This record gives sequence, structure tokens and C-alpha cells, in this order.
Amino acid sequence: MSASLQDAVAPVCESFGRDRTRLLDILLAVQQRLGGIDDRAIDAVAAELAIPRVDVAGVVSFYSFLAPGPRGRTVIRLCNDLPDLMMGAEKVAAGLEEELGIRFGETTPDGRFTLEWASCIGMSDQAPAALFDDVVVPSLTPGTARRLVAELRRQGDAGDLRRVLVREYGDGANAHDLVRASVKNNLRRAGEVIFAPMEAGAGLGKALAMSPAEVIREVKTARLRGRGGAGFPTGMKWEFVRAADGPQRYLICNADEGEPGTFKDRVILTERPDLLFEGMTIAGYAIGAAHGILYLRGEYAYLRDYLEHVLAARREKGLLGKAVCGKAGFSFDIRIQMGAGAYVCGEETALISSCEGLRGDPKNRPPFPAQRGYLGHPTSVNNVETLCCVPRILQMGSGWFASMGSRRSTGTKLLSISGDCTRRGVFELPLGTTLREVLAQCGGEDAVAVQVGGPSGKLVGPDAFDREICFDDLATGGALVVFGPGRDPLWVASQYMAFFIHESCGYCTPCRVGNVLLKERIDRILAGNGEPDDLDYLARLGASVKTASRCGLGQTSPNPVLSTLENFRPAYEARLKPPVDGRQPGFDIAAKLAESQRLTGRKSVHFDA
Amino acid sequence: MNTDAITLTIDGKKIEARRGDTILEAADRAGVYVPRLCWMKDLLPAGGCRVCTVRVNGRPQAACTQPVAPGMVIENDTEELRELRRDLIDMLFVEGNHFCMFCEKSGNCELQALAYRFGITAPKYPYLFPQRGVDASHPDVMIDGNRCVLCGRCVRASRALDGKHVFGFTGRGPGKRLAVNGPNLAATDVAAPDRAVAACPTGTLLVKRVGYKVPVGRRLYDHSPIGSEIEPQTPGK
Repeated sequence: MSASLQDAVAPVCESFGRDRTRLLDILLAVQQRLGGIDDRAIDAVAAELAIPRVDVAGVVSFYSFLAPGPRGRTVIRLCNDLPDLMMGAEKVAAGLEEELGIRFGETTPDGRFTLEWASCIGMSDQAPAALFDDVVVPSLTPGTARRLVAELRRQGDAGDLRRVLVREYGDGANAHDLVRASVKNNLRRAGEVIFAPMEAGAGLGKALAMSPAEVIREVKTARLRGRGGAGFPTGMKWEFVRAADGPQRYLICNADEGEPGTFKDRVILTERPDLLFEGMTIAGYAIGAAHGILYLRGEYAYLRDYLEHVLAARREKGLLGKAVCGKAGFSFDIRIQMGAGAYVCGEETALISSCEGLRGDPKNRPPFPAQRGYLGHPTSVNNVETLCCVPRILQMGSGWFASMGSRRSTGTKLLSISGDCTRRGVFELPLGTTLREVLAQCGGEDAVAVQVGGPSGKLVGPDAFDREICFDDLATGGALVVFGPGRDPLWVASQYMAFFIHESCGYCTPCRVGNVLLKERIDRILAGNGEPDDLDYLARLGASVKTASRCGLGQTSPNPVLSTLENFRPAYEARLKPPVDGRQPGFDIAAKLAESQRLTGRKSVHFDA
Repeated sequence: MNTDAITLTIDGKKIEARRGDTILEAADRAGVYVPRLCWMKDLLPAGGCRVCTVRVNGRPQAACTQPVAPGMVIENDTEELRELRRDLIDMLFVEGNHFCMFCEKSGNCELQALAYRFGITAPKYPYLFPQRGVDASHPDVMIDGNRCVLCGRCVRASRALDGKHVFGFTGRGPGKRLAVNGPNLAATDVAAPDRAVAACPTGTLLVKRVGYKVPVGRRLYDHSPIGSEIEPQTPGK
């Protein structure tokens, strides 16, 4: 905070070689020194990197974790994800506002605290949760929230944030010296693949004894499909990248899980980082990449030092770097790219934009990343969980992997389960498990509805509980939110639309505008002002947004509306009012005229308000 | 004769295209109008407005970014896609503050012309009435953000055609806004003859002191709809 502008900006830019593709890292580092990135800082960065200032301003204003103005010395971000709201986040919010004496979006007059909302911080199983800078504070109550703020105040700026906020370390590596977090793993069920006891290096050793083509064949024989939710065959993706022309290829691991209700990668990153890095190394070998990038979501910054430490240890052991495991001709190393609070960056081409130091806009396809991805090089982007399957497939054999799950969806799947159930947390289950079985395991038998696959997935009711979790039936990246009796499907849809409005990149018309319009109409119906025609309006509008949107975000964002319309239609119908004498029941003429009456200081002859 | 020639079908009509063309370029050459807004000749396509959405072998694609491939079956002028484009044009209207009757660009405006071509007289969506600014700081050029459709034509043209970087974008989602490379337009190196200024399809970027030089009635789209410059003149049209 005390660093002067030049002292802050020049050395940071210097440390990244004045490389404009590292703009996101540069801005994060500048912000850490200055507290915020104001116009002068933007000018300074632009001058150092010799790029237009409007490009720097464009990046600063794109990411939630970058702030154009000065902020408090501690930024409190309370998660307003749906499971957090269900667990009482609004009461915690009120407690924080009262204790701090400010509203959300504001900074205390003494410049100590800024209070903000965060979209989803990956703690739905221990909600409500907040980030105090990068310290995670899970399982908040209004009382603890107020006490923590008061205690931080009492300690002043010199106090160690972590010492006040972290009363008790979580299990496993959450207690590691470099993590020291009160986050709990909540690993409820370890399966055969990801959370089975790991024999370090077994998969990598086998892979390096094979040719890259043989490694890809093994992954194809295992019928491994992408765990991010889309289910694209991993081996096929690698084949495309390997076949693409280019002097360099890249492997990017997508650790930007941002789908509200998803937190499985958090547990992998905490408990199985070596499995992940081994998987990335094997993938690098298979596609012919010398460089890997772990794109770590900004919300998981608390894991960064620990992950860097694991990487360093691997370099030390010769598992990364030149001639990996002594294999001549195979060099591979991994760098961590921090995200900065943008859900859309989980979309693979937006993620590549972000790694390149740009706004997190998705790119036009074609070319696909396999042809031209990161900095124009052939690139494979794979999910954390997908990459963790790879060493196990190599170690145990493709037949072993394919024997689990169903014919077209092999292996296990990690599910992040939150909401109205007794055992929230991560479950590793064979693909093909029915939703009913999942609900029995997590203590959610009372469910009246389940959101499968986060907001871009589907909200289904009891008639779908015998369907299977797999790529060809109820496909999911892993998020399951359970809704018990009394939850309102329209409220769920409205909350999810608020999320998509906040997270749309704004590049294309349908997603930028359509989501706003969908929420407007849902909210009108929720307020009791809906008409029968509104259901058709929503269905058509939702279909247009899905059809015309440029990337997966807009192509799925209407799903909360469309799936509730399909599966919970009575909840809508119960609220509709038919027009009387052709007039809209929800239209309040007096309210509409009020502002112009106020401005003109006159009353309406016909509608005297 | 031409080894680079490939054949594809648009709305049942066989057309010839060059390998490397986008669908939109191939359609233009064949005299088939695919409605578009953020596309501009001499610029890389952005694929942002989505007005040029067509169905390629059943799948929706932006015609301006999708390259042609042999045997493609493309739907363009179907009721479904006309409805979709109406929706998108509608969205662009309600997203901004477009008062055509007060706008200097009226008659030359591509957004307005698209609305007329699609028979839109009033949007079916509710107006969002956003707060957007006007920047009249520059002596020769002004920005009225109320009319911006975020097509990015000025952003791309300034960089690719003018060798400058006057424009960019800030914010995201519904908060995305056109921005300039400085505290205001006067602080940039924009000039009235810039291709970037002429690139604006709406009345967002205007050159000062030339208002109504071409009177209403003799403007680009006053007599024939947008797209007719591409479509062959057929009798009775």
C-alpha cells in the first residue's frame, strides 16, 4: 500500500520480462502492492509494456478480483452462490454490513475493509463462506462474521489475517504449513480412481516406457472422457493436438472450476496434487508438449504456495524439467497461471485468452485450440479430474478403468454435493450411478429437486431420480445441489440467472442481453405479475439465447429457466394471472407515471397517483 | 478449372465458393444476403452480434467466422432464423437508448435498416434504459454511447486500418462498454477521416459539423432495404 507507483509497477513488469502476455499476473502483482489499480497505475503499466492503455483498462475491468479504484486493505468477499444463500448467506451479509457500517460494494471510511459479493468460491459444502483477501473463512454465522471483523479491527493492520481468521486447521493438507486453512475436505467417499491410495510415479514410469502414440491408444482404449462436463474423448483430443503442425505444443490444466456448487477440484488440488501433476506430465509426453500451465482460479489462491512447493519438489526429483525421469528428449515443466474471478474463463478458449493476458473473451472457432491455441500453438485443455485419471489408467491398465462405470461412460466421477442434505462434500462414484443412489449416500432422500451439473445443467424432480449420472444421461461436471421441501424452483432459476448475468463476458448479443431479459421475466412472475403468455415468451427467448450464443456459457445459461419450465411448470402456472379486459395484470400505471409526475411536478388527469 | 472451388448449398440453391472463404463471403459472391451487423469488409470477423447466424448441416454457426467446406448444407432465410435475427436485433434495441427520430444516422444506420428489413416496428422486449455517457470532448468527433451496439468495428478498424488504437472495451456482461485510449476522446489521436469513425454502423461515432449533409430521403437505406446491394435485382422486387 505504501509503495509508490513507479516502485510498484516498474519492478513487477521487469520481473515478467515486460511480456504483455503476462498482463494478468502483472496486474495481480501491481494490485497486491498498491491495493488497487487506478488510472495512474493503468497508465504506468501500459507505458512499461508499450501497449495501449485501453487494453490494460479492458483487462482490469474484466476480472472481478482486479479493482480499478482503491480498496480497503482487506477485501471481504462473501459468496452469494445458491448453496450459500440456502445456508443463510444473507443473514451473514446483514451482520457484516452492520458490523462494518457499510453496504456491499463500499469501503469503510478508514480504508480498512471493502465488502463485496463473490460468485462462487468453491466452498458450497461448508457454506456460507467468504474470502478475506485470499484467506478462506467457511461455515460462517452472522455472529462469527461480526466477531472476526471486530477482532481484525482490534488487531489493526499489523495483525496477521490468518491468525485471527483461522481458528482450527482443516483435515489433510489443509493443515500443511503452506496452506494453513480452516477448509475441510469433506471427502465423503473415496473411489477406485482418484482418491484410492496412490503409488507415486507408477503411471508416469509406465507411460515413459511407451511411445506417445501408445499412451494415447491406452487412454482411448480406457474410453476416458473429459470430466468438465462435455465428455469429449480425451485420447481423441490429444491425437488432434499431436497431429497439428507447430514447433511447440501446450498442455493446459483447467483448474478454474467455477460452476456454482462445484468444489471437487479443490479437494484434488489439496490432497492429490502429485497425481494431477503426474497426469499433466503424461499428457505433455503424449501430445509432445514441453510446457504445461495450471490455470488456478483466483478463489483458490490460498493453495498456490503449496502447489508451487509440490512443483518444486517434483523438479528436485527429476519428475519435471529437462529429461523427465531421465527420459532423453522429453522435457516438461509446469507454471501456475492465476485466474482473477471470471467464471467464463472455465470455457477453454476464454481460458486461453486469459493465459495470454487478455480479457477472458472466448475465441472464435475454428481454429480449435488443438490447431491453434495458446499463443497460436496447438494446445490441449483438460480438466483437473480428467488428468488425474490418466496416471491411474496407465498404472492399472485401460481394461481396469473401462470395467468401472457404464459402457460409454467409463471410470468414476467426482460429485460435489451441497444444499439440503446431511452429508455435503465430495463423493467419488462409478459413472452410471442413479441419482436416487447418490441422494441416499448424501442424505438427501427428502429432495424435491436436484440441480445436476450446476446452473448450466438441469433442475430435475423426483421423476428423474432413477436416471443415471453419466455423459449420455444426466451429464455433469460434478456439481449437484439438493433442494428439499419448501424450496421454490423459480427462486432457484432467478438466482442462477443473476449468476450468468454477472459472469457473461458480454462479447455476443444473446448472452449479454438475453440473460438480463430472462431474469426480468422470471422476477416479474415471482412478484406475482406474470401472465400466461410469459411462459411462451421465456421458452422462445431461452431457445434463441441457446441457439445464437457464441460459447458454452450462453448456450447453456437459459437452462435454469428452460428446465424449470419443463420439470416444474405448475410452480410457474400457480403464479400467473390472466389479463383482465386485455390489460396486463402486472402493469401498475400509477407506479409507471410516478417518476414523470415527480419530475414535472404535475399530476395525471386520468391516473391520479 | 479452379481447383480451389467447392460447392455448397444455401437454402436449396447450389453455390460455388472458394476454399478459405467464410460462409458470409461465399454467400455475398453468390448474391445471397446473410444479414450481419458486426461484420465489415477489410476487417477480421468478430462473430459478436450473431445476426449472421445460419444453420450449417443443422448446427447454428456464425456465417462471418465459419469457413466453407465442400457439400455444406446451409439454411439462411428460414422462418426460424428470421425469428432468431429479429430477437437479436430487438435485443440490441432494448439494450441501448435508440431514438431514431433524433439521430443523425437515421436512414444510414445499419441497425435501423435491419429492423426495417425484418419488419420490426417496436421491440417485443422491455427497454433496459441503461445509463451511458456522451463524449463530446474532441473538436471533430463525438461518441454517443447510448447508440453503441458493441460491434467492435471501430475497435478493429482503428487498429487494422488506421494504425492506431483509439478504441477498446471495458467491463463485462451487460456492463461492457466502448472505451477510448485515454481519459476522453480528445486525449486520443482520433481524427475525423479515420476509417474507425466511418466504421460505426449506428450513430455512436459521429463527425461534428456535417450533420444532415445528405438530407433525409436521399440516405443509404431510404429507398431500398439493407442487403439489396448484395442481392441481384429481380423483377418485381
